Amino acid sequence: MLKFDHVSKVYKGGKRAVHDLNLEISKGEFICFIGPSGCGKTTTMKMINRLIEPTEGKIFINGVNIMDSDPVQLRREIGYVIQQIGLFPHMTIQENISLVLRLLKVPEEQRRTRARELLTLVDMTPDYLEKYPHELSGGQQQRIGVLRALAADQPLILMDEPFGALDPITRESLQEEFKKLQRKLDKTIVFVTHDMDEALKLADRIVIMKDGQIVQCDTPDEILRNPANEFVEEFIGKDRLVQARPNIQTVGQIMNPSPITITGERTLSEAIQLMKQHRVDSLLVVDELKVLQGYIDVQMIDQNRKKASFVREVVDTEIFTVSKRALVRDTIRKILKMGMKYVPVVDDKHRLVGIVTRASLVDIVYDSIWGVDDLSKIG
Amino acid sequence: METIQDLIYYYSQNGAYVWHEFYRHFLMSAYGVLFAAIVAIPTGIVIARYNRLSTWVISLANIIQTIPALAMLAVLMLVMGLGTNTVVFSLFLYSLLPIIKNTYTGICNVDHALLESGKAMGMTKFQVLWMVELPLAMSVIMAGLRTALVITIGIATIGTFIGAGGLGDIILRGTNVTDGTAIILAGAIPTALMAVLADLVMGWLERKLSPIKKRKGSLKNNIQEQAA
Repeated sequence: MLKFDHVSKVYKGGKRAVHDLNLEISKGEFICFIGPSGCGKTTTMKMINRLIEPTEGKIFINGVNIMDSDPVQLRREIGYVIQQIGLFPHMTIQENISLVLRLLKVPEEQRRTRARELLTLVDMTPDYLEKYPHELSGGQQQRIGVLRALAADQPLILMDEPFGALDPITRESLQEEFKKLQRKLDKTIVFVTHDMDEALKLADRIVIMKDGQIVQCDTPDEILRNPANEFVEEFIGKDRLVQARPNIQTVGQIMNPSPITITGERTLSEAIQLMKQHRVDSLLVVDELKVLQGYIDVQMIDQNRKKASFVREVVDTEIFTVSKRALVRDTIRKILKMGMKYVPVVDDKHRLVGIVTRASLVDIVYDSIWGVDDLSKIG
Repeated sequence: METIQDLIYYYSQNGAYVWHEFYRHFLMSAYGVLFAAIVAIPTGIVIARYNRLSTWVISLANIIQTIPALAMLAVLMLVMGLGTNTVVFSLFLYSLLPIIKNTYTGICNVDHALLESGKAMGMTKFQVLWMVELPLAMSVIMAGLRTALVITIGIATIGTFIGAGGLGDIILRGTNVTDGTAIILAGAIPTALMAVLADLVMGWLERKLSPIKKRKGSLKNNIQEQAA
């Protein structure tokens, strides 16, 4: 739907921002332009809605050369979100959202309904409609900024580092929300960022640029697996490349190697203290040789604290374990199926070597979806 | 004490006359500012667009501002003759600088991101001006009008020297008679009062037109009620 054909941009003074760029973007695709600052990614994006006009070459939207269409009309058909958010402070949220509709001369009543409808997309209540931008938090403002770009149901949306100015937590949640929204609405999105994590997380295809030229253009997986050259490798970062290899297969690689343990000779009050200290609700019981005996939890201690005083008297020996060499996917299935909170990992001699908890699972899932988490945190 | 009694006596005898001059004085100032606004606001907008012009235009307005009021009136009188029109014209000239400067500053200070997002959303140049720049610059422009109005109310008192009337007439009469303190005050107090009032009213307007609106209390309460 969007096609760059030998596009170049030379600024006054001879600075070549974009050099002979060829690219085709199909409908519904989420494209991330990424690269160091000054690589021409923003220029490339702004050429699409003619905020900057190309010096050479042609850009086609649905087969129509953008230089043949009226720039004002063209821009009304393309959504635009910027880093500085750019909500108009003198207009209410409702007016801000429906501004493009107002420019397109949609009747007031329809604009109001549309604004209300859009707000529900980002889980905001209709009473925000009458508020002014300065009454909203940064994250909420950028949600409105995104809605504004969706208001006229534009098929193509340009985003210039839209989440760059937000704090990391808000950014994270907005990215997630936005990705969901994009899948639902099936928009073509051109997204400029300098944050590789963001690009890997959101994009269908990533365009890595340097000095006005495309260095590599591929899916996130493909870029991680086969970086085109040293520049790309360096830009992605070594950590991410390591993780991208599908090497997490056995439990031993993902387990937490230092579970909280106690020996049978300890007293129950010591056990409670240990739990409190490490903020856990159960302890694995081992002997001197680290052979797993069983487990105790808060409930068992509570029920038996009048009758017993040592751990070995209340320990539950019926405990499910997995071997260090078990496959991760099997273990996951067991954990989920049996509704267990954790599984101790043992070696051939039934000695405790680690533990797999639900938190480890979250890490794996996170890793397999985004492929960006730090491996050392898990293993 | 006697002066105050004299003053009250003067007002009781010449109330209608003072009111007439007050009104005349105000009209001269208001017309001066109004005409200046008609010329200066568009000029301010233009020089905000073409930055190279701004130094020239603002320097010119600055030069006008430095001419002493009496000298200005004298020179204009040579060309335009005696009477109200000459005073209104000189007030017009004095109002130019604050209005041009504030319009220019107001428009230039509109956040660049807002202009870009306006343009990128498909506003025409005129729509950007009308829907974004002017509303956001309005309170600064109003501050310019406010300054201009207060200045002109002061200067208009001198208009009496070229027969324009206004409260200056009363002050001048007071200076020409022996023991005219009460009469001088009779002219000066309303002038000062007018300046203060104008400042207050324009200040209120300025706040009213401020782009960042505080929501009305009632609306807030409604929402809280709904939430509860």
